[in-house]
Amino acid sequence: MKTTSILFAGIGGQGIIKASSILATACLNSGFDVKQSEVHGMAQRGGSVVSFVRFGEKVYSPTVEQKTADIILSFEKSETLRWIDYLKSDGFLLINDYEIRPTSLNYTGKTYPERSTVESYLKEIEYKFVNSTEEALKLGDVRVFNTILLGVIAKKIESISIESFHKAIELSVPSKTIQMNLKAFDLGLSL
Amino acid sequence: MVKVIGKAILSGNEAIARGAYEAGVHFASAYPGTPSTEILESLALYKEVKAEWAPNEKVAMEVAGGAAIGGAISLCAQKHVGLNVAADPLFSLAYAGVTGALLIITADDSGMHSSQNEQDNRHFARAAKLPLLEPVNSDEALRMTKWALKISHQFDSPVILRTTTRVSHGKGVVTLSEREEIPIYPYKKNFEKYVLMPSNARKLHVVVEERLKKLKELAESSEWNVIEDGDSEIGVITSGVSYNYAKEVFPNATYLKLGFSFPFPMEKVKEFSKKVKKIIIIEEGDDFIEGYVRQLGLSNEIIGKNILPYCGEMLPEVLKEYLLNEKVEKKTINSNHILERPPVLCPGCPHIGIFDAIKKQRLSVAGDIGCYTLAALAPWNAMDTCICMGASISGLSGLMQNPMLTGNNSVAVIGDSTFIHSGITSLIDMVYNNRKGTVVILDNRITAMTGNQQNPTTGLTLQGNNTSQIDLEALVKAIGVKWVKRVNNYNLKETSDALREAREFDGVSVLITSQPCALTEEVKRAKKYPFEIDESKCIACGACLRLGCPAISKGESGKSKIDPVYCIGCGMCAQVCPPKVQAIHKIEKEA
Repeated sequence: MKTTSILFAGIGGQGIIKASSILATACLNSGFDVKQSEVHGMAQRGGSVVSFVRFGEKVYSPTVEQKTADIILSFEKSETLRWIDYLKSDGFLLINDYEIRPTSLNYTGKTYPERSTVESYLKEIEYKFVNSTEEALKLGDVRVFNTILLGVIAKKIESISIESFHKAIELSVPSKTIQMNLKAFDLGLSL
Repeated sequence: MVKVIGKAILSGNEAIARGAYEAGVHFASAYPGTPSTEILESLALYKEVKAEWAPNEKVAMEVAGGAAIGGAISLCAQKHVGLNVAADPLFSLAYAGVTGALLIITADDSGMHSSQNEQDNRHFARAAKLPLLEPVNSDEALRMTKWALKISHQFDSPVILRTTTRVSHGKGVVTLSEREEIPIYPYKKNFEKYVLMPSNARKLHVVVEERLKKLKELAESSEWNVIEDGDSEIGVITSGVSYNYAKEVFPNATYLKLGFSFPFPMEKVKEFSKKVKKIIIIEEGDDFIEGYVRQLGLSNEIIGKNILPYCGEMLPEVLKEYLLNEKVEKKTINSNHILERPPVLCPGCPHIGIFDAIKKQRLSVAGDIGCYTLAALAPWNAMDTCICMGASISGLSGLMQNPMLTGNNSVAVIGDSTFIHSGITSLIDMVYNNRKGTVVILDNRITAMTGNQQNPTTGLTLQGNNTSQIDLEALVKAIGVKWVKRVNNYNLKETSDALREAREFDGVSVLITSQPCALTEEVKRAKKYPFEIDESKCIACGACLRLGCPAISKGESGKSKIDPVYCIGCGMCAQVCPPKVQAIHKIEKEA
């Protein structure tokens, strides 16, 4: 079996590491070897964050190379463009329709990219926008937006069973929030 | 037989902690530093282990070394530059050896994700004549740690375990076992072994050289140095995380994976060289392995750092570019559409207050290591130097040897934890040598940059016990500083006035800022009402934006706006809004 590579991108504090560790646990639950890698330290200070999950029969490198990601999950709209070159030509891109404006806009003179600007780079790519904040508010807890996003990509990862994801969520989130996170994941599956 | 209790996904750091726990470690000490911090944080969760933060790496190693001499199974952990600080005890503990066991972990930062240099600490193992282990992933990190602690006891030698960032922070599957409880070994006074007077040390040096010969035999036959048979065209010699990258690029090659790389297994390499035509040596950092391989004068073609770079990580894309001439394609995105997101000071970060004053008073700044190093960037640009832990104060003393830089136009800035780590002796130097100058201690009462660790100024230990809290004013006064003042750095005028007064003082002055880090639990719990900007009053002058608080941004209209989710209600922005405008005010609590 070929190794599957998934890239999570976004901003420090968005729960990217948590979401990728739930996925990694689900891979283990389904009997795969798995590697997860991110760099922390400076990253938590509002910087851009990337996390890689790779699974398969035997996985060596914990990092993902350009043009090899099967799936990219971008937690923030503009961050999509930083990582889009990592997607395989037949990969899938999920974009959270959410903006975090960096302070650098105050001095670089750049403007935050419009949705149409982002889409202009996605002509040959299979992609989907989800407003996960809105979806999470429907469930009554804005904090589970990242579990919804995980549900959306879970549909695309056929080799990992839904049960493996459910079990991983139960193991990874505080016990009081398990039910809400399971609901959020299932909502993501239906989107 | 040790019982296996299941599988888990752990980072390299967590795996080292788990391995140490399973091996029966009694004591561990460290000073936090990326990428090593989580080793002690993870160990602290096991109640059977005493895990401590030390004021710096030298102290950590001395305490761990003392514990090992006293009979405990112990370890100390540090980032690569931390081992420079601990180098003094390192070289001497190599002579003294252990009664129990001592593992020294160095987490090197290949790629400099969060460091000031990219040194390769394998050189320390050779220089101190200690065995060196290099795990390739979490699974090996766990198993090697257990093995290293056994070898340390068996060979009466400290052992060095070297990781690089992706091994430390990368996660992988490990097998968990139960802890093997080992009583602390009995301590016996041993003058000839533990008192390193010249007469004893001369004999001990001979012991160290003999020990190295035995360790070399062990390395030659070690389970950690394995030949993995494959295609005979290319033979790859590699260690640490580079093994994983090499396997992605040369999946069918024959491999010599070196997990126990010093003393170097020369015979093993000779055996390997007969199996392959061309040898490629792939290692992160310097040509450590390559140097030994080339000494053998093999007839094989050898490729190493003559082609591969010394700088950065040996990622698969790097190997492909340099060894296969497969250039990574240029990015296809217009750079104007990719936003800069450098690390920034947090919303409401109390450092903003003092750096706003420093910037407006146009001072030269001898800086130090911590979150506040970010003030070297826009919009503050308020740092001239940042060299190593503690070098702000001593660096200022040196800078002032040029008459252009005086105590009136230059200051040193240093965090509370960094001051405790290695700023105190520099301040003593300043006072002792009759200098005039200002030191600002940024006391946010936490070690913030590495993720909010406790330290001697916080009143709590790593394992959550109450302890005494250093009185910085009393400490500074005891050194002989005559001007000491603590300011509320959320009050910009008070801060600016105090800084000016400190600079005018004829002697050494110490200004201490008092607001805690905005990420501490204490501040998060006390979250105040956020501020907002009245758009009808805002004149878009940008004064609040220039503070550099990430909660404030320029809206579509050019006027500023405050994100109520990020704002912690510190109120600094309201103080810089021009008095005639006063567009920024606190959102009042609704009835």
